[in-house]
Amino acid sequence: MTEPVNSRMHKAAVNRWLLLAPALVILCFAASGPLLIVLVYSFLQPGDYGGVVWNFSIEAWFNVLFQEDIFDETVTFADAHLSIFWRSVRLSFGTTVMAFVIGFPTAYFIATRPKQQRDMWLLLIIIPFWTNLLIRTFAIMEVIRNEGVINSALLAAGVIDSPIQILFTDFAIMLGMLYVYLPLMVLPIYASMERLDFSIVEAGYDLYASRFKVLRRIILPLVKPGVIAGSILVFVPSLGAYVTPRVLGGGKNLMVGNLIELQFGQGRNWPLGSALAVTLLVIVMVALLFYVRVATKEDIKHG
Amino acid sequence: MADAARSPKAFSLKRQPGFSSLAIACFLMLYAPIVVLVLYSFNAGTSIAIWEGFSWRWYEAAWQNEQIKDAATRSLIVAACATTVATTVATLAGLATTRTGKFRGQTAVFAIINQPLMVPEIVTAVALLIFFAIIKVATGYTGLVYLIAAHAAFCIPFAYLPIRARLEGMDLTLEHAAADLYATPWKTFRRVTLPLLWPGILAGAMLAFVISLDDVVITEFVKTAGQDTLPTYMLGQLRRVVTPEINAISTVFLAISVVLVCIFFFLNRKG
Amino acid sequence: MNSSNGGSQAVRIEAVSKVFGEGEGRVVALDNVTVGIRQNEFFTLLGPSGCGKTTLLRLIAGFEHPTGGEILLEGADISALPPYARPVNTVFQSYALFPHMTVAQNIGFGLEMLGKPRAEIDRTVDDMLQLVKMTELKDRHTNQISGGQQQRVALARALAPHPKVLLLDEPLSALDLKLRKEMQIELKRLQNETGITFVFVTHDQEEALTMSDQIAVMNNGKILQVGAPRDIYDHPADRFVAQFIGETNFLTAELASRGKSGTQVKLPSGKSVAAALPADGRTQGLVTVVVRPEHARLTKVKSKAALTGTLENIVYFGTDTHYHLQLEDKTPFIVREQNQPDGQAPYREGDQLGIEIGADAVQVLRD
Repeated sequence: MTEPVNSRMHKAAVNRWLLLAPALVILCFAASGPLLIVLVYSFLQPGDYGGVVWNFSIEAWFNVLFQEDIFDETVTFADAHLSIFWRSVRLSFGTTVMAFVIGFPTAYFIATRPKQQRDMWLLLIIIPFWTNLLIRTFAIMEVIRNEGVINSALLAAGVIDSPIQILFTDFAIMLGMLYVYLPLMVLPIYASMERLDFSIVEAGYDLYASRFKVLRRIILPLVKPGVIAGSILVFVPSLGAYVTPRVLGGGKNLMVGNLIELQFGQGRNWPLGSALAVTLLVIVMVALLFYVRVATKEDIKHG
Repeated sequence: MADAARSPKAFSLKRQPGFSSLAIACFLMLYAPIVVLVLYSFNAGTSIAIWEGFSWRWYEAAWQNEQIKDAATRSLIVAACATTVATTVATLAGLATTRTGKFRGQTAVFAIINQPLMVPEIVTAVALLIFFAIIKVATGYTGLVYLIAAHAAFCIPFAYLPIRARLEGMDLTLEHAAADLYATPWKTFRRVTLPLLWPGILAGAMLAFVISLDDVVITEFVKTAGQDTLPTYMLGQLRRVVTPEINAISTVFLAISVVLVCIFFFLNRKG
Repeated sequence: MNSSNGGSQAVRIEAVSKVFGEGEGRVVALDNVTVGIRQNEFFTLLGPSGCGKTTLLRLIAGFEHPTGGEILLEGADISALPPYARPVNTVFQSYALFPHMTVAQNIGFGLEMLGKPRAEIDRTVDDMLQLVKMTELKDRHTNQISGGQQQRVALARALAPHPKVLLLDEPLSALDLKLRKEMQIELKRLQNETGITFVFVTHDQEEALTMSDQIAVMNNGKILQVGAPRDIYDHPADRFVAQFIGETNFLTAELASRGKSGTQVKLPSGKSVAAALPADGRTQGLVTVVVRPEHARLTKVKSKAALTGTLENIVYFGTDTHYHLQLEDKTPFIVREQNQPDGQAPYREGDQLGIEIGADAVQVLRD
């Protein structure tokens, strides 16, 4: 009598994999699989006109961190790469902090609206998130350019004599990323905040806490998972940003994404580009793993 | 009782000083640039900085621009194909992953499905550049299928999300009831599961469509020369002198996205 | 439970076991259960939650498959058939009405799946709507009708294909008390009118007693006793059955002679009384006997009484009063007496009283 049960379970398993097969095939063909090829390419030698020569080499990985002087063959750190990596981390971190400073009060604001209004405010956050990233970057560009709204207004008001250069600076990139990724901070914080039982806040006031202390000692610890989620969700895409620094950085202020792209033109170094891509991927994965660990721990705690 | 008028305002539990102003600033910041962009699409002058009166001229210009028409058509074709493929396979995957408890390989399956959400786009983009370059050399084929495949792949997790949510919220006893009333598995699916799943599928398709339509990075790396979509065409234009024509295209684009997202939002809320 | 009359049995469960999970998570939901359900019977599976009654129902419906044993429907083994090939229908606890269909579409669904012609479906749906008094609401969606109305639709939907057996999984548990009482009568009426065998699952003993022709009391994956309501109530064979249904006094007694007036047991007080024996119980030594509180009477004349005790507590219930006594050996004993119109409490706490036990009131348990 155990046999039919086994065969039934077997049939169910076969069905499941048949149903999953099309999605997995597409994803392996056009998403996951090619990542392995990138890994392989990072261990090859660059071809003369782009592409690769199929010889094993760790030169690309060496070049991620170091550079060899062509004349005296001394090895030094690859300042160009490292400074770009450092800028990426710095700008992403700055973006995350700014997003928190603006996003947290916004999430709080939405969560404290009357129930029937909340969806409307939420929609106002969601709409920009789902509109074209390039268009939003372009919109920011129009505002901050020398002839843009800000500079025109300041000039007209007589505050400044000549336009302030905002576009093509690190600040412009940060502003752009903040603008583009801000909803990713607001949404998870709001999700935690919405579940917050405000009778706890009442209890805080009842026990002599000031507004600030209620915020710091009661609200913030309870929505911490949302804050962590939001921070990672802003930090990770910022680190891999490509369009925003390209449009707002003006080709001078590169981030990792642009550095990777540069290696893939004609006559460039594909293995180095692959090694840089794998490096970026590893950093992002570490950040995400950290997030998953914190998230599951919080889940267990709050059951 | 005169004191009543002077008594302090009722203590508001939820107020935090400055929070509302920051929130309003946040909403202004999110919408002001878009408003400016839309406004200047109606500028009669060639500048995107100086207002010279209202006009439809840039919409007309964009309408008559063959390159834009070509790119827009390609965007729609790619988005439609990718959406169809992604939604179909995501529906099947949803059925496979929600009907039973944990199964062997579940974590790996979820990792692969959600991979496009986790891996930075630029990394996937160069990976596809390399991989498709190999295939292009091997087969000689350089058509749209590469773009469609790439788009379908990164659309799958977006289509999968609402479909899975809908399936998980579905009462399994409804399917049992159908089976009890003599419906074969296929009829149960056609008559009960599918109609109830429909809002989820529609929502998933809409998300997939928006995501495909918006993509710049992966398209930029995967496209063969002359295969511009609207976003990559615009990215190319941003390097040159920008005219309100770009604003006009952007405005149309925005309108489409906003409508789709709003439909999605209300569909989801009803479900 | 003679297997030779299997022909008249609608359902026969033959040595059925059901085990969920493996290893440490292994749960035995049904442990070698055998039972027969006769044609046109209102058969109730009664037991606490987790006793296996719903699992048994789902096995008959085909949503679960037995780990061992056979399920026969009118003599034919249906264990291997999928639910859609079994001529039985279920009324689900949550009703499971299709939210995207109207009342009429829900009721017609089964017939449609069976490939019946449109005219016949329409006619049957109309009949069913009439049967459950829902004709006016036929075009409503199922979320636009009340819980009681949903219940009727669920019933009509399951009855429409005229199944050989109707399975009802605690169908009244979501209704409030008043509706539940109405539906109990309604269900009984439907069963009489349709002549279909009903298998009804409930944890409510009162529901089981009022509606059933036969009751099977279940616990821990086993059927403990099968019988008519009166049988189960008056002659529980098992401690669990006695405890689960109604209130009971348990006493230890010694089996005495089997005289011409049947079996006698010697109570702790030393008095002997007539007692009923279970079919497969022991025939000598110490046994547990049960006496229902309403089968005992208090008396001030202690000498003639079967038991004596001290009245400790009086609880007034409107229609009757419960007297909590303590017997000489410290065993608690409850007597229930109908209240009289004079409104005077005949006894006071602390009184030493005798307890008379009526004829056939003592039942010996199997354990």
